[in-house]
Amino acid sequence: MSSILFLQSVVGLIVVLYPANGNSAVAESGKAALAKSKNQSSLKKDGPPVTSEVTIDKKSGNRPPEKERKKDAPPQRMQFDDQNRVGKAKRRALVNQTEAKNRVELFRHLPQYDHGSQLPNLESKLFQLDSVHPAVFKVGLRYMAGDISGVNARCTEMLRALQEAIIDYSTPPEKVLIRELTAKISSYISFINECRPLSISMGNAIRFVKRRIAKLPLSHTDVEAKTALCSDIDRFINEKIIIADKVIVGHASTKVRDGDVLLTYGLSCVVEMILLSAHDVGKKFRVVVVDSRPKLESQALLNRLIAKGLSCTYTHINAVSYIMHEVTKVFLGASAVLSNGTVLSRVGTACIAMVAHAFSVPVLICCEAFKFHERVLLDSICCNEIGDPGALATVPGRMDINYLENWTNEENLQLLNLMYDVTPSDYVSVIVTDHGMIPPTSVPVIVREYGQEHYLI
Amino acid sequence: MLFLLMYLFIDLDASKIEGSQATAKQAAELLRSVISQQRLPQTHQATALISAVRAVGEKLIAANPVELAVGNIVRRVLHIIREEDLSLATAAIDGLELSAVSDDEDDVERDDYPVLSAAAVAAAARSTLRPPSLQTLLEDTPISAAIPHTSSSGGDSEGKSRSVDKSSRGRKLKHDVIEAVNELIQDISTCYEQIAEQAVEHIHQNEVILTLGSSKTVLEFLCAAKEKKRSFKVFVAEGAPRYQGHLLAKELAARGLQTTVITDSAVFAMISRVNMVIVGAHAVMANGGVIAPVGLNMVALAAQRHAVPFVVLAGSHKLCPLYPHNPEVLLNELRSPSELLDFGEFSDCMDSASGGSLHVVNPTFDYVPPKLVSLFITDTGGHNPSYMYRLIADYYSADDLVVKRRPATTS
Repeated sequence: MSSILFLQSVVGLIVVLYPANGNSAVAESGKAALAKSKNQSSLKKDGPPVTSEVTIDKKSGNRPPEKERKKDAPPQRMQFDDQNRVGKAKRRALVNQTEAKNRVELFRHLPQYDHGSQLPNLESKLFQLDSVHPAVFKVGLRYMAGDISGVNARCTEMLRALQEAIIDYSTPPEKVLIRELTAKISSYISFINECRPLSISMGNAIRFVKRRIAKLPLSHTDVEAKTALCSDIDRFINEKIIIADKVIVGHASTKVRDGDVLLTYGLSCVVEMILLSAHDVGKKFRVVVVDSRPKLESQALLNRLIAKGLSCTYTHINAVSYIMHEVTKVFLGASAVLSNGTVLSRVGTACIAMVAHAFSVPVLICCEAFKFHERVLLDSICCNEIGDPGALATVPGRMDINYLENWTNEENLQLLNLMYDVTPSDYVSVIVTDHGMIPPTSVPVIVREYGQEHYLI
Repeated sequence: MLFLLMYLFIDLDASKIEGSQATAKQAAELLRSVISQQRLPQTHQATALISAVRAVGEKLIAANPVELAVGNIVRRVLHIIREEDLSLATAAIDGLELSAVSDDEDDVERDDYPVLSAAAVAAAARSTLRPPSLQTLLEDTPISAAIPHTSSSGGDSEGKSRSVDKSSRGRKLKHDVIEAVNELIQDISTCYEQIAEQAVEHIHQNEVILTLGSSKTVLEFLCAAKEKKRSFKVFVAEGAPRYQGHLLAKELAARGLQTTVITDSAVFAMISRVNMVIVGAHAVMANGGVIAPVGLNMVALAAQRHAVPFVVLAGSHKLCPLYPHNPEVLLNELRSPSELLDFGEFSDCMDSASGGSLHVVNPTFDYVPPKLVSLFITDTGGHNPSYMYRLIADYYSADDLVVKRRPATTS
């Protein structure tokens, strides 16, 4: 951890030293040379579909936006069992990843990397990756280290980094701002994707940025364009995340009554805000906090709730059937909500929703509208993220549980650390968003009606 | 013998004996020694044996009521005593008839024959155990006092033969009971093999099997299928907070099976690709419900949602004749919270003035209702959950469901 702090301070220094306006000629020419090499590399990078909607959108970025609607089929995503594509992507990759040993067969289509060597590898490249803006590098580093988790935080950090990159950007001579900037942004996004695969709803934020860039009038100078973009990003963060959270809290607090026993799982910032605001208003309720391995992230939530004075019960996910008979409502967060009404969220959410359904307890999903996506998923296997398998082998704080110490030596043994799972729509009672409280069947309606228009402000 | 008793109580109380099989075996051996050391009176040996076993059994059950295997074994032994007694009585009746026939070769006394046999039958029937009539239940009169004197016909020769029969019957009863208890211990020890023999019928090639936690029965079952050259994959869920799944996964991988360890939260995600769920049980109740390690109710619900068969493996010593009432609370054991939370991390936030209260719940068992179970595989074969109550009649008597002794009346 201290090494990360050191690196962050070094990166911060570089940001300060990096010339903001590129007024001096030397800096300008230097940057032009850099920009040219960046352009070539980024153009090459856009060839194979390393990241999905990123590249397709780039190709259509110059076409008028009405044609976007005709592109109904979902774009190609990187399938990691296709050897040619994987080879090409590796040659262009900025971050060297080593394949994990003992990969799980069922998940050959997803990246399974050796997590032990990733972070030191990236840290060693600090001064070598010229094509990546320092702020973006910093965000990628924090993603890989696991500092930031949760879609809201990740999205906000990424957008802020893009803002800084846009401020520091300057168009090389005889190039069009729109095309260059879009290419730059795509290269940054692919770097961040290599550090940690993007979550589905972050694609929405990226698509927003690209559309704003595409809609910039050509008559704008660099400075005007950059200020417009930065204010757009600020507005996105404000409206879609910060204010949306307040609206959600307002809606959901009406559902908390005196004497309720509320169950929550994982670490969702929206649910935490709901619980704290209901407590502040003076409602009397109990909270059951359910946790699971290997992240044990609910302990942080538990800490904060107890510090504020709520009475809590803590248990692990296996005991959910034991505790569910006294629970009145279940509040869960989401990473994304898909068009067939299914909810993509932290692994274990589907189990909780299923047991709640079996005991006839209503399940409320709290998520902002920017997390709605037009993709559809039926199970948790086709699209997921594989975490560090070594995290399963050890149990922190329990020295006696060391049966799996040498698991890499066993050729028949694999460890699987899934990050997400998909909750079917019939387990969800209502989704609380900033548009109001909607049933899961209304999700494609919101995606269709509000998705395009809000982005085309 | 008292030392044995003490050790078993202490071990049961501290839950040091792990696993129903070990507990059941120890309980059976202890009861066998109780029986062999019990001095039996001339009449009504069976009643004496039963009350002796009941006394010990009551204490054993009270030491750890959640360990249902102990109560099962006590009831099995009581049932054995009753059965042996009954079979000896019917044999004695036949024997008396035979001896009557051999003695009276003259046709003249043949008309006495039916009278003799009826009297003999009546006498024999009276001295065996009778199901408690309402009168005996209410007044708690020991059955020995209710026997009238020897029948009128027959006289001394009959009386002598009967007394000889009774003493030999007494010795024979003990002998038979101990033999039967030995058979019971043998059955408990070999239940793994008998269940594992059925593995090949249920596992085909290229299957994917899911299990949670660890159970020796499941391990033997899967390895038996592997021996017969079936290749299949196993997903093992960890089974927090004891993490026995790690042990099982290691064992299976060492024996050559493709094993993947997943967290308990990933069960719903993975179960769509699983063909069958195979788990062990702590106890099987009379309605077909299962007391299983915590987390298995969640797995059973997920299996039902995806139409995946949920198979429970249980030896017959785990079949309990009781019906569960509120089993999550009454048949559950809450373990230490230190397995879930480190006390040091939370002590400071709880000490603050405005701090709320924290309550940690760590149950050991889960109840799976019978409608979620597809099949029980026991050492007697495969059964539906709705059939389990019939097996109780094979192993237990209705009188033994409550093992507590009735308090002695002042009469």
